[in-house]
Amino acid sequence: MSDTTTSVSNHARIVETTVPAPATPVLRIEPSHGWISLKLGELWEYRELLFFLTWRDITVRYKQTLLGATWAIIQPFFTMVVFSLFFGKLAKMPSDGVPYPIFCFAALVPWQFFANGLSQSANSIVGSASLIRKVYFPRLAIPISTILGGVVDFALAFGVLLGMMVYFGIWPTVNCLFLPLFLLLALTTSLGVGLWLTALNVQFRDVRHIVPFFTQFWMFATPIAYPSSLVLDKYGSIWHALYGLNPMVGVVEGFRWALLGSGASPGPMIGVSALAAVVLLITGAFYFRRMEKTFADLV
Amino acid sequence: MSDVAIRVEGLGKEYRIGADQQRGVHGNRQTLRDKLAGAASGSLSALTSLFKRNGSNGSNGTNNEILWAVKDVSFEVKRGQVVGVIGRNGAGKSTLLKILSRITSPTTGFAEIHGRVGSLLEVGTGFHPELSGRENISLNGAILGMRRAEIARKFDEIVEFAEVGKFIDTPVKYYSTGMFLRLAFAVAAHLEPEILIVDEVLAVGDSAFQKKCLGKMSDVAGQGRTVLFVSHNMAAVNQLCDRCIVLRDGQLFFDGGSAEGVDCYLKLGNREAAAAVMERTRQGTKTAAGKGHITRVEILDEEGHSGACIGVGEPFRVKIHIEIYERIAQLVLGAEVESPTGVPMLNLRTDGQGVDFGPYAAGSHIAFTITLPGLPFLPGVYKISPWFAEREGRRIDQVNEGVHVTLEGKGRFQSEKMIQPGKSMMLMDCAWTDELEP
Repeated sequence: MSDTTTSVSNHARIVETTVPAPATPVLRIEPSHGWISLKLGELWEYRELLFFLTWRDITVRYKQTLLGATWAIIQPFFTMVVFSLFFGKLAKMPSDGVPYPIFCFAALVPWQFFANGLSQSANSIVGSASLIRKVYFPRLAIPISTILGGVVDFALAFGVLLGMMVYFGIWPTVNCLFLPLFLLLALTTSLGVGLWLTALNVQFRDVRHIVPFFTQFWMFATPIAYPSSLVLDKYGSIWHALYGLNPMVGVVEGFRWALLGSGASPGPMIGVSALAAVVLLITGAFYFRRMEKTFADLV
Repeated sequence: MSDVAIRVEGLGKEYRIGADQQRGVHGNRQTLRDKLAGAASGSLSALTSLFKRNGSNGSNGTNNEILWAVKDVSFEVKRGQVVGVIGRNGAGKSTLLKILSRITSPTTGFAEIHGRVGSLLEVGTGFHPELSGRENISLNGAILGMRRAEIARKFDEIVEFAEVGKFIDTPVKYYSTGMFLRLAFAVAAHLEPEILIVDEVLAVGDSAFQKKCLGKMSDVAGQGRTVLFVSHNMAAVNQLCDRCIVLRDGQLFFDGGSAEGVDCYLKLGNREAAAAVMERTRQGTKTAAGKGHITRVEILDEEGHSGACIGVGEPFRVKIHIEIYERIAQLVLGAEVESPTGVPMLNLRTDGQGVDFGPYAAGSHIAFTITLPGLPFLPGVYKISPWFAEREGRRIDQVNEGVHVTLEGKGRFQSEKMIQPGKSMMLMDCAWTDELEP
């Protein structure tokens, strides 16, 4: 890389007007070197495409299935049943003073959102090969729309969660106002990891085989079947905060705290989780942008 | 400066074709295992190559062969010009368009585009089979860069142009191919950028629809928009474009008026693809150890002039020169004729018609001529592969790559009503009569 000036390709923003703009936008196409800017402005220009892609993902997801959108509920629900039987009844896992099924389900709902987002976004670019090879648009739109599409599934499962809370007679406290923040944290994490994986998947198709294992391990590294207070009791508060380096720990603990009022308010741990998630997202986005130029040649 | 729409300077794009990869031109895909194996063998560069975008690691860089799909191409397109880009398959046309539409990035040089670009490299990109026609119009419009309001405004026009009417709410997976293509083109045709980049989209649908597409294209061209148009349809290029760029092996070969450009391309074609003459050396043949070999094949028109272009139904000759190494008592000569799509059309052979050739002494050179009474086939490039054998023996030599003859629709055989690939393979001049019955 001989040139030291940071050459930014596709430099100009495209001004979308039906009337020819007085100053014609000039687009410069040239080889790019090194790390390039995220160009979030351009992504914003394409927000309608982002909307349509998300809408397509949602519309198409359950077409021609027998159970339709019920699938969004079945997965976390049955996992909850299995966990309740084995961890709750048999292993007598502590559950921070709330009934085990809802303790577990409150964690599974955001977890499913994260895990599905991860596996779908990892395959998103390769799965959109025909688009990538034929049309230009900010490639970030594809993984982002895939993950946003998962919000609908989340909402459905969340409805079931609310139903269960009524069943168990648990009323949310004022804490639940923080819930959107925890959802945002889950979204950030999912997108951050998803961007890394999808960009890697274009070049190394191994990724698609790794993702299922990866999510499984991650699931057990996240306090879904067990409370994070186990870690706190055994290793002390510093390790507990460091446990938050897994951003999903913060998400899951946050959900429980906001909805069920169980556990302590997840102070420093949430901070660590949020930081980790943001780092994942930023590095993921830059890595994605760096590899983006090769997508059309490699998918 | 402001009247320039597209400026291209020294544009080049290289692909690496790794010798150890069997994945063709785009063969840069590796598995993580390859990279980790590289890392294990002690080279740190394999790991850093995770961040290298071309996926080639330095350690086995010597295995990489470089192919320039586009090389050192420079040109300028003025605002409002309609420029045709032609060239044989693999000449770099599509790569050029892909660079200009920002799908892939160039390796060298740069391009400047002044104005809003819309590119159309394929019709129906992003169509989802499960979605209805209506939904696909919105989705596809957004993918092509249209605003929601713009799509809504043009919706009725699109539906009307596509002639899908009452099926607009049916999932497109139930559409016939024709309906699907019409709808896909209709959306694309209503894109209104200042600069339009189009790749061979007219090659879809039946001839009536093609005509409609061509009409729409000339409307677009007539509105003073800048168009870059890749096509193999020389008639369309001639009709639509006022300027023409011919690419050859990734390089600019010709830039000028479209009639001259088309002419230049056809001549290029005659010299290369549709070679009327083929010379062969003994080393080049598989049966080099045989009793003889075909040294030269040429196509001659009725007057005996060498020519690859023959009118449909016009007689022509195939002249086959054979060198004999060992005495052949009885020689059987044959030729196979294949259609442009590879369908075997004719199987000509001397023994089938009771013709006897031979004997020939070792060392003799013989020129055989097959006179064909005229091929009543649809226009196109047909491949003729001659062979010869000893009677009751195996084939001695065979020209698999063949010579090519281009059949042109001329005279009685040029009505587009008759020439419809897919509907028939042949053209026939027949007599039609009518008589009033009592």
